[in-house]
Amino acid sequence: MKLQVTDMEDLARGAAFLGTGGGGDPYIGRLLAQAAIGEFGMPEVVEPEDVPDDATVFTAAMLGAPTVLIEKAANGEDIDLALKRLSQRTGKTPDYIMPIEIGGLNSMIPILAAARAGLPLINADGMGRAFPEIQMVTFNVYGIEPCPAAIVDEHLNSAIIEANGAKQAEDLVRAVAIQMGLSTLVSVYPMTGKDVKAYGVHRTLTLALEIGRAIRTGRESGDPVASLLSYLRTTEYYNKCAVLFDGKITDIRRETTRGFAIGHCDVEALDGSGETMNILFQNEFLIAKKGDKTMTLVPDLICVVDRETAEPITTEGLKYGQRIKVIGVSAAAIMRTPESLDVFGPQAFGIDEPFTTIEDLNNL
Amino acid sequence: MRIGVDVGGTNTDAVLMDGAKVLAACKMPTTKNVSDGIVNAITKILKDGEVSPADVRAVMIGTTHFTNAFVQRRELLHVGILRLALPASRALPPMIDWPKDIADAVYGSHYLVKGGYQYDGRINSELDEDAIIAAAREMKVAGIRAVSISGVFSPVNNEMEERAAEIIQDIIPDVAITLSCRLGRIGLLERENAGIMNAALADLAKNVVASFRSALADLNITAPFYISQNDGTLMQASQVEKYPVLTFSSGPTNSMRGAAYLSGAKDALVADIGGTTTDIGMLSNGFPRESSIAVDIGGVRTNFRMPDVFALGLGGGSIVEADPDVRVGPQSVGYRLLEDALVFGGDTVTSSDIAVAAGYADFGDKSKVQHLAPDFVAKAVDVIHAIVTDGVDRMKTSAAEMPLILVGGGSVLINRDIAGTSEVIIPENAGVANAIGASIAQIGGEVDRVYSYENMGREAAIEAAKQEAKDNAIAGGAIPETVEIIDLEELPLAYVPGGSVRLRVKAAGDLKI
Repeated sequence: MKLQVTDMEDLARGAAFLGTGGGGDPYIGRLLAQAAIGEFGMPEVVEPEDVPDDATVFTAAMLGAPTVLIEKAANGEDIDLALKRLSQRTGKTPDYIMPIEIGGLNSMIPILAAARAGLPLINADGMGRAFPEIQMVTFNVYGIEPCPAAIVDEHLNSAIIEANGAKQAEDLVRAVAIQMGLSTLVSVYPMTGKDVKAYGVHRTLTLALEIGRAIRTGRESGDPVASLLSYLRTTEYYNKCAVLFDGKITDIRRETTRGFAIGHCDVEALDGSGETMNILFQNEFLIAKKGDKTMTLVPDLICVVDRETAEPITTEGLKYGQRIKVIGVSAAAIMRTPESLDVFGPQAFGIDEPFTTIEDLNNL
Repeated sequence: MRIGVDVGGTNTDAVLMDGAKVLAACKMPTTKNVSDGIVNAITKILKDGEVSPADVRAVMIGTTHFTNAFVQRRELLHVGILRLALPASRALPPMIDWPKDIADAVYGSHYLVKGGYQYDGRINSELDEDAIIAAAREMKVAGIRAVSISGVFSPVNNEMEERAAEIIQDIIPDVAITLSCRLGRIGLLERENAGIMNAALADLAKNVVASFRSALADLNITAPFYISQNDGTLMQASQVEKYPVLTFSSGPTNSMRGAAYLSGAKDALVADIGGTTTDIGMLSNGFPRESSIAVDIGGVRTNFRMPDVFALGLGGGSIVEADPDVRVGPQSVGYRLLEDALVFGGDTVTSSDIAVAAGYADFGDKSKVQHLAPDFVAKAVDVIHAIVTDGVDRMKTSAAEMPLILVGGGSVLINRDIAGTSEVIIPENAGVANAIGASIAQIGGEVDRVYSYENMGREAAIEAAKQEAKDNAIAGGAIPETVEIIDLEELPLAYVPGGSVRLRVKAAGDLKI
């Protein structure tokens, strides 16, 4: 795959779709990536199978609160330093940069990091969507340690976290991020090319780009949602997909439960049938129910888009009266294994319902 | 007695109000120097209403002048841009996402210096006053007369922006300074963009306000005048000189507020049907519902408070085609309606001709539309109503039926019930709803800040925010007993500890006159 500057809007739109409501608005990320590309050039994109087994791979991501990120943006040198600190700690020099989370803002930060470091970018990530916590990636599921993890703020203060497990790493990194002001750059899960091949979710940069492109070309031809679905059906992971609901948002309730910002979004059908859908979200959309019937469950993707333009809508951007389509999409097979479901299945989010695939729930 | 004026691109409307009563109303062409049009319109209503200028207690003006100037890149200043942020945000310089032509028209120079706060108001970086002094000296030499200042988390704490303004004012005494904290919301780039736009309009703002002032002086009106802003509340003239961007979307706001007033409805849909487009919005508690998404103005992304309006390509001048299917708009004859429409002797079939041919509107020369096939006319009438029905449905937030108020000159196009609405109301004086909306605008006060529920408790935090919004409204000139909270929004911050919640509260009350 080859990326062009002119692809960035499509990539951002596709990444926002894969963000399933979370992951932060890629708008700021896109501007950051574009500015870095302008200054340092577009990084080369490498397919996972072309990465040597013994290559050293570092990830790059922003970690914090979306509301803070839109105020502080990034410094640029912060991501450079995160890579440097991790390099010092591990005694290894990175050969490649890889996204850890393709959904939302963190699709763009690796482009910024790779451009600045002059390193190639791997066409893969650790989830093929967005998730709120560090342990919620395939690499953790299959035994790759998130630590040592480097975290840097805009003042170029840095910390290296060494934790006994991925959840502990999440707790410690989060505590440091809060102290640093909630707009930090991190590099976690240092790994090898072999790890990427075995446990990565492959070609997700391409998928995000082509999702964004399918939406755009669909707008030109008149039906972006149809264009998006017909593209998704051709893909390896996202081929089981459906419009779960077509309606109008009638209520949004936000509450803080057990330390999480939980929200409910109620949607009412536009066809006058009186049918309703409820979507539960915690940063990302987690479960969509039509009446009492579950239609899609995490880690399968629930994406909310504008019903006319198919523009993805984040959980923070939900508002009364929006006319939306709710789209359910299958996650990559590696995201649905029993081991994966232990880490980011419904129970990990406090949902008392076993995971069932979107295809079984909807006879796809 | 008060006067409401709406200065649009084409027409200047004026109304004379005695309490709730419309004593006189008129429409005059907008003139190039603005003030002549205002003088003409006010002169006429004072005469028609038989009122002496001394009896006028207040004048409220709504205008799209600043919006038009910015979008058309007219009379803009080159702006010195100062951002108090380092080491944050270094990777994103100001105006990074602006269209090149407008950036060229507005950019003077930019400076990123140390400064800014954390989300909770703690200092993130000490203000680098030496760097500001150096920047100010450079701007002075370059002849910069307008400066925009934006600091990280300035809506949470504005001290640094205020301090930077003092330093610059000392060095460039006659400079026009815009502080981003006055323009509101979280989102540094969008707030900075709004600040730069505002600074670019500094000269024009002074000139326009001066011409409003001279128009009123020519009329011997000594009452204070106010200008209406996006959220339907008023600004003092002196505030408009400093913050003209806050008027950017006052046009649709005024027409919706005017519709609410004329019809007596507080929760309703409003369709303002003009010559080329129809703006559909929703009134909630008498105020327009706001858009929550980023709004582009002339290609520049901002986070202004704007009414949520859906624009349709339907107006009194919409061109009607018969082949292959009956279509109405979005092409329009626009201001040439009085020449091009069939009923006015032209040869273009417009939606107005259809309304006359169908027999429910009566203007122009009826005989000129007699040749239109009844079948075609009936279909076109269906299409016109279908367009409005669809637009109304898009803006509704619930299936419950609510009234639809029609305003604007094109309201004659509608003569049937619209599905999804409980009734269709065309109030008297619907054609000058904008000016009426301006005349009844209230004084508002706002708060938009992050509160810690863990420290204060939810009830106390909300109470504090409400009180501050009310105090702001009263400080602006509202009668204390009339001040009400008109909007309250809670947004918990994901990942931020201590139950941090962003509260946005708006209060408004009647102007003391």
